[in-house]
Amino acid sequence: MRFEGTDNYVATDDLKVAVNAATKLRRPLLVKGEPGTGKTVLAQEIATALGAPLIEWNIKSTTKAHQGLYEYDAVARLRDSQLGDERVHDIKNYIKKGKLWEAFTAPQLPVLLIDEIDKADIEFPNDLLQELDRMEFFVYETQETVKAVERPIVIITSNNEKELPDAFLRRCFFHYIKFPDRTTMQAIIDVHFPGIQKMLVSKAMDIFYEVRDVPGLKKKPSTSELLDWLKLLLHEDMPLDVLQSRDPTKAIPPLHGALLKNEQDIMLFERLAFMARRPNN
Amino acid sequence: MFFSFMEELRSAGISASLKEHLALLAALDADVIGQSPEEFYYLARATLVKDEALLDRFDQVFGKVFKGVFTEYGQNPVDVPADWLKAIAEKYLSPEEMAKIEKMGSWDELMETLKKRLEEQEKRHQGGNKWVGTGGTSPYGNSGYHPEGVRIGGESKHKRAVKVWDKREFQNLDNTRELGTRNIKIAMRRLRRFARDGAVEELDIDGTINGTARQGWLDIKMRPERRNAIKVLLMLDVGGSMDPFIKLCEELFSAATSEFKNLEFFYFHNCPYEGVWKDNKRRFSERTQMWDVLHKFPHDYKVVMVGDASMSPYEITHPGGSVEHFNEESGAVWMNRITSTYPATVWLNPVPEKQWGYSQSTKIIKELVNDRMYPLTLEGLDDAMRELSRKHGH
Repeated sequence: MRFEGTDNYVATDDLKVAVNAATKLRRPLLVKGEPGTGKTVLAQEIATALGAPLIEWNIKSTTKAHQGLYEYDAVARLRDSQLGDERVHDIKNYIKKGKLWEAFTAPQLPVLLIDEIDKADIEFPNDLLQELDRMEFFVYETQETVKAVERPIVIITSNNEKELPDAFLRRCFFHYIKFPDRTTMQAIIDVHFPGIQKMLVSKAMDIFYEVRDVPGLKKKPSTSELLDWLKLLLHEDMPLDVLQSRDPTKAIPPLHGALLKNEQDIMLFERLAFMARRPNN
Repeated sequence: MFFSFMEELRSAGISASLKEHLALLAALDADVIGQSPEEFYYLARATLVKDEALLDRFDQVFGKVFKGVFTEYGQNPVDVPADWLKAIAEKYLSPEEMAKIEKMGSWDELMETLKKRLEEQEKRHQGGNKWVGTGGTSPYGNSGYHPEGVRIGGESKHKRAVKVWDKREFQNLDNTRELGTRNIKIAMRRLRRFARDGAVEELDIDGTINGTARQGWLDIKMRPERRNAIKVLLMLDVGGSMDPFIKLCEELFSAATSEFKNLEFFYFHNCPYEGVWKDNKRRFSERTQMWDVLHKFPHDYKVVMVGDASMSPYEITHPGGSVEHFNEESGAVWMNRITSTYPATVWLNPVPEKQWGYSQSTKIIKELVNDRMYPLTLEGLDDAMRELSRKHGH
């Protein structure tokens, strides 16, 4: 059971080692990186590569740790007791399994994705320490312990919005998805658009990296945006010479909407173009 | 196994623990990797480093331990591109001024000094970036050049430089420092009021029992959940006269980040103007417009400004008074905008309180924040937090 990347996901060597260490030792793998570098996709691809089902737990700012374990619906039970429902005698009827429980008791070894863990409250990772370490937890209402049949493969992603506690980090493997260099990027593009013109890609990548290098951009375009842009260029049948004849007075690349995502960035480009047009400059 | 490696890592500031060391050994034992050194490197990195900011340091330690190559952490020589120096000179000196400097000493000498100073800093704007000086992002602004006021490197003794010209290495405040922050944390905890507002979320058992007994039927009561509702906007003065207080500010910063749920921080220099920034290394290229800050964060944010408020009074009162760029509106205007947007605003001053009276600018700032300036001592912090947790009408 070794992860080597898949037909539609290019994994660098360091990523492969990190994933393999995490799957072998069954410790959580924490993945960080710029938005759009394929953190979430990674979990999906690991699941596909290993032929395992994927259980996704998307974290929001209101998500609480115990929701991942189970939830006890006391209100429903109170109501049922008023209505004289028979189900009220068994507390199990009111316990809803969370994603972790699901992963622990899955019939087939699953990949559990805890997506964007940094979105939640600062206490959230701490509340999951024991559960992720021992892969078991205790249900107070029914006095039973839920233990993982087989430790699931856990992938955790973070966008760095909040710092994660040390104790939590110590239990994970860590991988930072670097922004891909040109060769890796070329490989990624080949995977997504086989048969795309080499020249077009190379020109587009020139422009793309140039755009990323402009200081002061609020949101640097990322891999997923480059892929979108290429898709657009292909769709519009953009002739190669439009990309090739890069006139400095037209600083904004064609179909820039896919690359630049806010008006300040577009203004910045317009300003740069304006300055390039001015004489003596 | 690898004890010296662990020791080196720890002494370089990567706090790899025994748990992680054992995980590495377990992974090796489980044959996760083959025999190649690269794979070992990747594995060790994934196991021992948990912060991308430390990756570079890890690489250096790894190289040192396993190849015996000696490196000094963070001591890379920097190439200063000649065209960059030229651009600076052309932008800031008129021909007459250049001639004047020629008289005082050789131009080359001055450039040499400048070059040396720049080399002392870490890399920034490397490669003679063509964007330097465009779009108002340049560190050098448009504010002209006073031959007598220029400082190249060194620290200001009077804390009152008229025009600071040198690009300083402003230390990025490091919030990892935990030592001595315990006290500050306790003071800050005062602010961490649990407010019951927002949506109903949890069952109020007492209320439900009460209501049910009273009504004779099941009367379910919900109540807002207890949550830490305090939102803080922290603005820190960096560089210049604040240099002696950096450690203190780091401690404050470190305590603040772990104490609040919603904490936003920005840096400014001396006095806030139309732009603030989040990353000191990119302060000249990546600024946030103050208007954006004022519009983005709602009025119920508490604002804590930290600065020594010692500058030349013009920096507050006059347009164009800023030391590092041309500000179209004066600092006072911006201070007023901040205090009127955020009724709960305090200014923490690391300078001892008894010296405040001697500095004109401190008095002005104190007035601008409606007297809510507190010394950066435990007691002052306590007072400031009490002030912030008061109910503020808007």
